[in-house]
Amino acid sequence: MSLFDKTSAELQQALLNKEITIADLTKEAYARIDALDGEVGAFLALNKAAAEQEAAEKDQVPFEERGPLFGLPIGVKDNIVTEGIETTCASKILEGFNPIYSATVVEKLRKAGMVTVGKVNMDEFAMGSANENSAIKKVHNPWDFDRAPGGSSGGSAAAVAAGEVPFTLGSDTGGSIRQPAAFCGVVGMKPTYGRVSRYGLVAFASSLDQIGPITRNVRDNALLLEAIAGVDEHDSTSANVAVPSYVEELTGDIKGLKVAVPQEYLAEGVSEGVKAQVLAAIEKLKELGATVDTVSLPHSKYALAAYYIISSSEASSNLSRFDGIRYGFRAEADNLEDLYLQTRAQGFGDEVKRRIMLGTYSLSAGTYDAYYKKAQQVRTLIKQDFDKVFEEYDVIVGPTTPTTAFKLGENLDDPMTVYANDILTVPINLAGVPAISIPCGFDNDMPVGLQIIGKYFEEGTIYRVADAFEKATDFHNAKPQTWEVK
Amino acid sequence: MAKLSVEEVKHVAKLARLAITDEEAEKFATQLGAITDFANELQELDTTDVVPTTHVLPVHNVFREDIPAKGLDRDLMMKNVKEQQDGLVKVPPIIAQ
Repeated sequence: MSLFDKTSAELQQALLNKEITIADLTKEAYARIDALDGEVGAFLALNKAAAEQEAAEKDQVPFEERGPLFGLPIGVKDNIVTEGIETTCASKILEGFNPIYSATVVEKLRKAGMVTVGKVNMDEFAMGSANENSAIKKVHNPWDFDRAPGGSSGGSAAAVAAGEVPFTLGSDTGGSIRQPAAFCGVVGMKPTYGRVSRYGLVAFASSLDQIGPITRNVRDNALLLEAIAGVDEHDSTSANVAVPSYVEELTGDIKGLKVAVPQEYLAEGVSEGVKAQVLAAIEKLKELGATVDTVSLPHSKYALAAYYIISSSEASSNLSRFDGIRYGFRAEADNLEDLYLQTRAQGFGDEVKRRIMLGTYSLSAGTYDAYYKKAQQVRTLIKQDFDKVFEEYDVIVGPTTPTTAFKLGENLDDPMTVYANDILTVPINLAGVPAISIPCGFDNDMPVGLQIIGKYFEEGTIYRVADAFEKATDFHNAKPQTWEVK
Repeated sequence: MAKLSVEEVKHVAKLARLAITDEEAEKFATQLGAITDFANELQELDTTDVVPTTHVLPVHNVFREDIPAKGLDRDLMMKNVKEQQDGLVKVPPIIAQ
């Protein structure tokens, strides 16, 4: 048993009844990290002294001044800057970097009264799908330590699945919240592009990146998105669209909801085990009163190539700021040119270098039209596929990943095999629409994720569907064996 | 499998300010070749007259009132700088002697 068996609503009730304190919750997080994280590897920097002091202070705040997330512990992905807590993007090139301001989402967590327990592990600069590209340490899937937690928000998903913290923030450029959420059997939302401020998120691909919540149940996820969403004067791409109460959407009623299932998302490449669980989930939605039709997103097969060109091009530009001059690692060199060359050669890992070079190549004179511009045109076609389906349907449903979590070390030498894992998640980022992954069953004892995709800024509808499914099933209550700390 | 030439990889690495060994250039040539091979399937699609998407939302210029405000503190901004002198960032020689 752990305090983190409870939902946030149950924790708030326990606080109100004086059965527990906020200090107890913080203590529980660090005790579980102590007990489990040696094997899970989810946490990088810990914020222990400050968090314990904050918790004690928060215990003095009157209940009428507290919101639904007040006093609850959270882990923050290490590409989100936190004033006073080392932020490295799991890269050697940012070792020792102490941000001098906090990201807008971190300020919003503070306003909601949440306690930041520490920073969570990730693929270096969010580039990867297995968390094997962290320059610091590997993350292990709490359901099977020999398997990948997914990536790039592998630490975020594993920390929640292991019950080290009930909440984390991740970021999603091509599936980096949803894929690890699916692999680890937790709930992960990538909001609409522009829904959440990117100010203070270390940029990977600026036209695709979004920050989003990872939790163990849908209601907690909705609460956390509500807390971090909204327009921000520091991010001109944040959208000036009102943030609704997502929790009010959780009616459990999806009668008459129109669900589209893209034939391309259940095609070749998707394992039989995953397909079976997802088809069963779709049957469940029908039982709950939804109507389901098969549709086509005809350009899906081109999404992966377009994604890797666009995201790498943007990355090659964004990561030019890491030059050893103003922060992070600096190599020894006799002249400035060598300092750049050596700092970047020694500071970046191979996957980051590959993407910087792919991006630089795609943007070069002579290849620009055939790669970068072509990919952006294909992006238009992919977006139009979604626009067309959403003229008639409320949500699109399919698997989050083609398979369940693969073994660590399995695909290390073959980048293309790892990239193929993202085939069902990258089209969503290219279109910019929101999507969630929720647990919908098991295949060979590993969790399977159901992906629910919505219209622009209709995260509320996604949450309504996800919550109705959760209320009708029990998958979200399953816990890995590691949950029980001896 | 088409691969990028080692010279192409070295040229791209230079543009991206990444020092690279001959051995690495060889490895990246094969890996990047596999990726660009795969990306070539985009050429199957006819995209004549398709407008490229750079941004998914219909956001154009975002204006705000130009109100002077204090920026970040200078000393604070120097906090992560490895080498500094008199409030300036110190780097090795830019022009060779």
